[in-house]
Amino acid sequence: MKITIERAELLAAVGHAQSVVERRNTIPILANVLISADESNATFRATDLDVEVVDRANAVVERAGATTVNAVTLHEIVRKLPDGSTVSLTEDGASGRLSVSAGRSNFSLATLPKEDFPEMASQDYQSEFSLPAGALKRLFDKSEFAISTEETRYYLNGVYLHVADANGKVLRAVATDGHRLARIDAELPMGAEDMPGVIVPRKTVRELKKLLADEEAVIGVAVSDTKIRFRAERLTLTSKVIDGSFPDYTRVIPTANSKTLEVDAKDFSRAVGLVATVSSERSRAVKMKLDEDRLVLSVNAPDAGQAEDELAVAYDDEPLEIGFNAKYLEEIAAQVDRENAVFLFNSPGDPALVREGGDETAVYVVMPMRV
Amino acid sequence: MLSHPELFTLSVAHMDCDAFYASVEKRDEPSLRDKPVIVGGGRRGVVTTACYIARIRGVRSAMPMFQALRLCPEAVIVKPSFPKYVEASRAIRTMMDDMTPAIEPLSLDEAFLDLGGTARLHGAPPAVTLCRLLNRMEGELGLSGSVGLSHNKFLAKLASDLDKPRGFSVIGAAETERVLAPLPVAKIWGAGPVMQGRLEKAGVRTFADLRRWDPRDLAARFGSGGERLADLSRGIDRRAVKPDRAAKSISNETTFTEDTADPEVLDGHIWRMADKVAGRAKAKGLAGRVVMLKLKRANHALLTRRVTLPAPTQLADAIYRHARALFDETPQDGPYRLLGVGIAEIVPEALADRTGDLLDPAAPRRAAAERATDAIRARFGETAIQKGRALR
Repeated sequence: MKITIERAELLAAVGHAQSVVERRNTIPILANVLISADESNATFRATDLDVEVVDRANAVVERAGATTVNAVTLHEIVRKLPDGSTVSLTEDGASGRLSVSAGRSNFSLATLPKEDFPEMASQDYQSEFSLPAGALKRLFDKSEFAISTEETRYYLNGVYLHVADANGKVLRAVATDGHRLARIDAELPMGAEDMPGVIVPRKTVRELKKLLADEEAVIGVAVSDTKIRFRAERLTLTSKVIDGSFPDYTRVIPTANSKTLEVDAKDFSRAVGLVATVSSERSRAVKMKLDEDRLVLSVNAPDAGQAEDELAVAYDDEPLEIGFNAKYLEEIAAQVDRENAVFLFNSPGDPALVREGGDETAVYVVMPMRV
Repeated sequence: MLSHPELFTLSVAHMDCDAFYASVEKRDEPSLRDKPVIVGGGRRGVVTTACYIARIRGVRSAMPMFQALRLCPEAVIVKPSFPKYVEASRAIRTMMDDMTPAIEPLSLDEAFLDLGGTARLHGAPPAVTLCRLLNRMEGELGLSGSVGLSHNKFLAKLASDLDKPRGFSVIGAAETERVLAPLPVAKIWGAGPVMQGRLEKAGVRTFADLRRWDPRDLAARFGSGGERLADLSRGIDRRAVKPDRAAKSISNETTFTEDTADPEVLDGHIWRMADKVAGRAKAKGLAGRVVMLKLKRANHALLTRRVTLPAPTQLADAIYRHARALFDETPQDGPYRLLGVGIAEIVPEALADRTGDLLDPAAPRRAAAERATDAIRARFGETAIQKGRALR
């Protein structure tokens, strides 16, 4: 194999590969990126057996072939090469080395046989559809914060992507850790009606961001009961989905909360962050005290101090005092893109519902905290 | 029985087990009883503990093993087995816990105790309560100890060493100076070789020598430590007995009478251990952010699993559920001989169980039921009300 490739192009491809490989893995080949060149293309493939990323890069192929080399090492080399250089990758098959050269810099890297490289079996997908990257990005970006890290409820360690009914069918992403929940809807793409509901793991959600950077691009999505594949122009991400059933979230979304608070999302987020500063506890409780058009946020940490801040808000129900984990409030407020966040309360012991203005396509639920 | 005019007013004690490791070994292997026993070896090849028979021959702690064997060639050398010592130490600690909450352990085999204000509770003055401790240790554990009783920690520790083994020494306020005067300053707890060298240079060998110094001169010569020396030379020590630092974890374990792989039986054990841990956490006003499960296989291989919770808990229900989930994740390759449940990353209870779980709406009801159970137990006793699974 012999290919010549622009440094920037190579850096992007190897960058994707090195973020997928497991750094602590015990199977050596999984630390490697598979580089293969046919007549017109060079592809870079990496996997941790749960996620696989394939990047098709622009390269001049002088001799077809394939080999595998440590992804992190190659990435480090390419990263340190001067911008604008041209890199050639040569493997003669006999030496078991890949030579990397750019200008007067030369490297010779150990390889492992390409035959040993595991490929995630391409299989029959039940449903294939495409949608704009921006829509897909919104689904995952707004739900990611609520993904659980609790291992005992592994089925919460991802985003539940499925088709749901909300005045017509929608493509919906739901994530929850039991303390907060995010439910984000997008228009249902053509061909997605029969999509099976799948739980997309946290790591995949994170890797997916690179694929969705260009919001104008169109992403092809293919779903089966066990895998999901996202395909952009040059990048393809295939992932196993979490084998488990996502709990029935619909019954935990309150429908009868009537006490409505409307507050500027940025002011609110800033005030929560400000009062929370006095406490160093991991689960800091912020008390919200609501009176007519007035919200007082306070933190009382017996051994650290007290803080209070007041905001002008829209609220005209009976006075209410309710506590929340400061981090949960900040994270939800950060999701609100519009000016106003709308909170709907019932009692100090019941979960609160949060919306972005009047938008029904992004709904958050947060459990209160005893204060 | 000893008598002393201040016996009923002194309350600060130091308890030191006699040749602790060697005594545990002799207790567990009666054939060693009349032989000189040296516990040690290991990596560094020094004496960890020598029994009193070996000590008669001149063997001392921290002595290189070859030297010890030269002094006492027929000694039996036993490698230290710490789990046994920890177990014995815990048993003694439990006995002390029955006497006073003010216990400051210094190591596995010694601790300070403040028995002030416990006379009415025990219906006996501290001296008698301490004698009962020594008797219980001999009777129930087969281990002997020595006690020093005085009016502060420094003198209590000094006293426990005066009459070892099986000693009981008292230093009252009235005779403090008389007892101290002839003792070498090497007895000052915490004065290492460097300090002793400096004292010797200053012509100080005994406490009497030290007393002749003006406290201001001592301070000038020895810095901040000089003030303390002046105090100690007069038997003054203002440090209080500090109960051990906050618990790092709370756990309970049980060794089964018969090894078992039966999930039903093990589930019963998980519940009972979780219930006990929760009881102790509640009693101390603490909660934990981590739940731990420990299993020992029949071949003694140890398995431990832990999980960090989103929020701390002190509820038996939550501890049980997480421990049970850990158990379910563990490959079922019993039989097991021991099971333990614990909590770690301890925080005050005010921080616990404050946020409900959206996906477990029944949790508040179970928590309320547990609190009600606690109230019933507090009134009618531990066994007044139990869960069915506790009987498995």
